[in-house]
Amino acid sequence: MQKSLFLALAGVTGIAVTATAWAQNAPGGNAANGKMLFEHVGCYQCHGFAGQGGAAGPKLVPALEFEPFALQLRMPRQLMPPYSPQALSDQQVADIHAFVKSLPGPVNRANVPLLQ
Amino acid sequence: MSKPEAKKVDRRKFLAGVAVVGAAAVTADSARAAVLPNGQIAPVAPSALRPSTLMAQVDNGVHAPPAALGTHAGLTQGRPGSDYMLDVIKSLNIDYVVTNPASSCRGLHDSIVTYGDNKKPELITAMHEESATAMAHGYFKASGKPMIALCHGTVGLQHAAMAVYNAWCDRAPVIMMIGNSLDATQRRPGVPTTHSVQDPGSLIRDFTKWDDQPTSLGHFGESMVRAYRIALTPPYEPVLIVMDEDLQEKGFAADAFPVIPKFVMPTAAAGDPNGVREAARMLVAAENPVIVADRAARSQNGVNLLVQLAELLQATVIDQGGRMNFPNLHPLYARGGGPIATADVVLGLELTDFFGTVNNFTDSAEVTQGPRVKPGTKLISIGMGDVYIRANYQDFQRYQPVDIAIGADAEATLPMLVEYVKAEITAARRAVIDKRGQAAAAAFANSADRMRTDAAGGAWNATPISTARLSAELWAAIKNEDWALVARDQSVSFWPHRMWNFSKYHQYIGHSGGAGVGYGLPAAVGGALAHKANGRLAVNIQPDGDCMYAPGALWTAAHHNIPLLTVMHNNRAYHQETMHLQRMATWRERRVDRWKIGTTIENPNMNFAKLAESMGVVGIGPIENPNDLAPALKRALEVVKSGEPVLVDVVAQPR
Ligand code: HEC
Repeated sequence: MQKSLFLALAGVTGIAVTATAWAQNAPGGNAANGKMLFEHVGCYQCHGFAGQGGAAGPKLVPALEFEPFALQLRMPRQLMPPYSPQALSDQQVADIHAFVKSLPGPVNRANVPLLQ
Repeated sequence: MSKPEAKKVDRRKFLAGVAVVGAAAVTADSARAAVLPNGQIAPVAPSALRPSTLMAQVDNGVHAPPAALGTHAGLTQGRPGSDYMLDVIKSLNIDYVVTNPASSCRGLHDSIVTYGDNKKPELITAMHEESATAMAHGYFKASGKPMIALCHGTVGLQHAAMAVYNAWCDRAPVIMMIGNSLDATQRRPGVPTTHSVQDPGSLIRDFTKWDDQPTSLGHFGESMVRAYRIALTPPYEPVLIVMDEDLQEKGFAADAFPVIPKFVMPTAAAGDPNGVREAARMLVAAENPVIVADRAARSQNGVNLLVQLAELLQATVIDQGGRMNFPNLHPLYARGGGPIATADVVLGLELTDFFGTVNNFTDSAEVTQGPRVKPGTKLISIGMGDVYIRANYQDFQRYQPVDIAIGADAEATLPMLVEYVKAEITAARRAVIDKRGQAAAAAFANSADRMRTDAAGGAWNATPISTARLSAELWAAIKNEDWALVARDQSVSFWPHRMWNFSKYHQYIGHSGGAGVGYGLPAAVGGALAHKANGRLAVNIQPDGDCMYAPGALWTAAHHNIPLLTVMHNNRAYHQETMHLQRMATWRERRVDRWKIGTTIENPNMNFAKLAESMGVVGIGPIENPNDLAPALKRALEVVKSGEPVLVDVVAQPR
């Protein structure tokens, strides 16, 4: 588990090191559990059930790579609530990431008359 | 209430239809108000005359009342005061009075429906005073004409208060009228006395422009016309007139009614030419001027003037959406605050929140705040905020220092600003300005493409239905009609303002102003009532939580045959609060799975189609599959085109 390393994110100097260290040992994610968490924890509140984004949060698809994704959850850039390890374990973050990665991209606009 | 006099009518005479009122039955008041010592009737309202010996005698009741006060007096001897009140209202050309019926207003209510034959003004029945007020609010923004919200004193006004605050923040001239009983010896004991109050206006005085409680008919005439004129002098704001019950119900000599004071439509205050010229110089000299508009346009003329100014300067216009200020498909249109960061001059037009426009404030565990503009950016404000401001309620927002502050109405000042800008533009500046315009056009073309890609994003075929899909299907259904959106589109992530084509002032109603929930549905019904006169298709995108504050507004729409297409944005939550709860839990490092408690509207799920049906509104849905939307909207359009309201319940994504 990288929990301790994540806690170190609070220290400014630790950020780059931590993200890299975790990348090497990133826990494998379970997308099905990630979907459950995405809804249960409430990521969809701001990002939509399909990660499509809206007025309260940006689109999540195509998904970020794991490190920047995890970093955004632990130490959001701006307005997003910060999910500490107490709220979401490293494994849970990995599961959510796996789910977001599995989300389908946009439909082909060419096939949608309303979007011409 | 002057019932004792009524009892003096001879019963046999009354039954014979010849209840001529004798001198003894005349109240001193009614005689004093009307009859000059020479026996003639006073031709004008006493207050409109300079004091004279003659008038003083009349006022002091020195002279005897006339022998007869007219015929058809009824049990109330003479004509009821509320008939005069209605005459005054009629003189103001008011089309509708929306009311939740109230005993304290029974005099005027009766006058409207009998003496006035319920025509101009026509009575509209609301199911809550808050709804009545919000209807008048929405009606004004869609029609440009004030409507009266007639409410019970005390408890009725207490109900209405939040909606009055919305109207205040939104600069909407709602004419509030309530009843009250002043004379403790005359009012009915029990509830009517419980509902009486010494100073009714105090309840909403912090957020109304003016109020009065007239004690004579002449006083009523002056105050009503004054209130109307004040409300319609920019900045438009709500006003309150309190009608004493006794004054409404008491009988007056037919010719004792005072002359109705004349109303003229007031004009707005334009800016001082020196300040405006200085602003023009600054704007023309700027490398990257940005115009920000909130409640700037008050009419189509305001929109046209803003387009003219923007094109002269090729300046981006950020429309904050308090009103329809600028066409959203114009290449210079912007919605978010992005362009502010690169501006060197910002012109704010009737901004509610200049501070928030040029500063960041992050609602995070550790609040961060700071300027959003580059150092040295010059700020110009044109607006009535400095001219008319009240303490207590903080709707005036934080103080923002600026470089030029023009205390004037923006729409009234724009013609002058346009002329000064024209005069300041040299050939050299023209070249710079044109180049800026080309860059803006290119950026705009990209944004249109980005919009389509975003709309097609992962949720296009999703259930719950995405707000982009909802907005696109709705647009496809209405775009060939003469439509108007009588709702704000924030909850659906502003998709209509990204996809649809807003070019006319009347096509967008702006938002509530005070963000008091429960405004949406009744304001939409009020807006739809206004659009009905022009045969326009009024469209409401209705959040579910807001709907349940005032669902009775649906009944009003059905009862009065007000065509309105309501499409529910049913995300089954007070959704904004879910996000606040998420913030609290994460900041405190507590469980992040408890936010549903107290914030969601599920289990059981609301069935809005059935709710609508229960009130005589055609209900369609719930629609959960995006492919069912188009046929549902097609059917809905048929209903609304037949002149009836319809509601389509769409179970949708949160934002
Ligand atoms: C209250 C609203 C809100 C909630 C809840 C929320 N986010 Fe965010 N999210 C945002 C905002 C706003 C941003 C933009 C960056 C910022 O302000 O921090 C963002 C950014 C992101 C990004 C970066 C996207 C990019 O392209 O840069 C990711 C990844 C993300 N969120 C994932 C999540 C996940 C996973 C959850 C649930 C555990 C979640 N968010 C919950 C509002 C939210």
